[in-house]
Amino acid sequence: MLEVENLHVSYGSIRALHGVSLKVPAGSIVTLIGANGAGKSTTLRALSGLIKPASGSIRYDGQEIKGLPAHAIVSKGLCHVPEGRMVFANLTVRENLAMGAYLQRDKTWVAKQTDYVFQLFPRLLEREKQAAGTLSGGEQQMLAIGRALLSRPRLLMLDEPSLGIAPLLVKTIFERIVEINREQGLTILLVEQNANLALAVSTHGYVLETGSILLEGACADLKANPRVQEAYLGA
Amino acid sequence: MDFQQIIQQLINGLGLGSIYALIALGYTMVYGVLRFINFAHSDVLMLGAFSAFYLAPLVQKMVGPESIMGGILVFVLSAAICACIGMLIEFLAYRPLRKRPKLTVLITAIGVSLFIEYTGQHAAVFGSATRAFPKILPEHQIHLGKLMLNSNDIIVPTVTIVLLAAMWFIVQKTRIGTAMRAVSFNQQAASLMGVPVNRIISFTFGLGSALAAIAGILYSIKAPGIEPLMGVQPGLRAFIAAVVGGIGNLPGAVLGGLLIGVVETFAGGIPGLSNYRDAIAFGILILILLFKPAGLLGRATIEKV
Repeated sequence: MLEVENLHVSYGSIRALHGVSLKVPAGSIVTLIGANGAGKSTTLRALSGLIKPASGSIRYDGQEIKGLPAHAIVSKGLCHVPEGRMVFANLTVRENLAMGAYLQRDKTWVAKQTDYVFQLFPRLLEREKQAAGTLSGGEQQMLAIGRALLSRPRLLMLDEPSLGIAPLLVKTIFERIVEINREQGLTILLVEQNANLALAVSTHGYVLETGSILLEGACADLKANPRVQEAYLGA
Repeated sequence: MDFQQIIQQLINGLGLGSIYALIALGYTMVYGVLRFINFAHSDVLMLGAFSAFYLAPLVQKMVGPESIMGGILVFVLSAAICACIGMLIEFLAYRPLRKRPKLTVLITAIGVSLFIEYTGQHAAVFGSATRAFPKILPEHQIHLGKLMLNSNDIIVPTVTIVLLAAMWFIVQKTRIGTAMRAVSFNQQAASLMGVPVNRIISFTFGLGSALAAIAGILYSIKAPGIEPLMGVQPGLRAFIAAVVGGIGNLPGAVLGGLLIGVVETFAGGIPGLSNYRDAIAFGILILILLFKPAGLLGRATIEKV
């Protein structure tokens, strides 16, 4: 569904990614793990059009999307839940969800999908009329995911959904991610620092180190790999 | 000052204040989406007045002198011209600096402002002499008891109220207004929702500039004449109004504009105080900044990371 080949990204003279290649097959959960500063977020930001890659190719549904502006990429169903959540703090929970549906003209679909999000995260329904800035970190993450679901994604990219969130909520959020994948058939590209968690829910994984792919494989194999165990799983 | 004078001054003050409010909206909207003060805004106001100055004779040739239709036409055309100019300024001067520090953009804005003002003063453009502003709308004297009103005293606030209502509707109720608010909260998040950020910023400049053009014409109707530096004074007061009301806050800009307009008019009517109008406007600004730094309606923003 998504094929990235030899992606290069630079911030000024600093080369952040040099030659990242990865594949996300339809219906799967693929994870990208790596240490702080390895280039995980940069990869997602390049895929969603927030930054312009220097070279390489990004094919989504067989179409080249490299260089398209972010809003055009969203309209194709490739949605990005950014690191730090970026919810609209002054808007209410419901308004945030409505914002996610900015491109959706079909009102019945939006109403149905909003209900689905509330059913997925009942906590959001309780806080429906509250300003998003007053939510806890975990609730904001739920909102950010819910908001992205309203953009009618076919491939959802999640950047560090566990970052700065209470462990109990992390568990809920990851369960929901799997649920979305199974029930809605949504393809997911997950970026995580918490490799244990990420490898547990995904089918295929990539290990990113200083801007390039170090290892890839089925998650079971990666978990068994001594290098991964030592560097990322704390074994 | 007797009661009748007070009412008269209040009407004048609200008229002037509503013009400030229109200008202040432009400052505050641009600040809302880009977080910088567009100092060239006051010069767009001047360009609006000059557009009307040149358009009025042409339009009157077509639809006859001092007709309401002709007046509306002059307003609409001038607003359209300035909307294009505003978008052009953003595209040429500010967009290339989008990723630069805000100070760079701010200084560029001052540069754009000076460029427009001094180009305008060139003999081949507008020239530096003050010119009489043509009559755009039919004028009548209206007697209300002891009060004597010029029809413009009614038209100016009416036009303003209609425009303010339209602005409120656009920003709060339409899709593009929703997008404007999203962009003002967080550009990246907005673009991830599918909002075309550049187009929204362009639209914001166009809208603000159209309001400035109309404000420029309304201001010129009562001013002794127009010249290339005419935007500086009302621009400065409107900027103060925007900050007093809470920069980035639309109702705040309106409230600030009315406040500054009324205070200025009353100060002008009290013997001995009339020379201190600017001092009073800035005095209000200083007091507000001391006691309510976010402005009258501005909210101190708390960001959770």
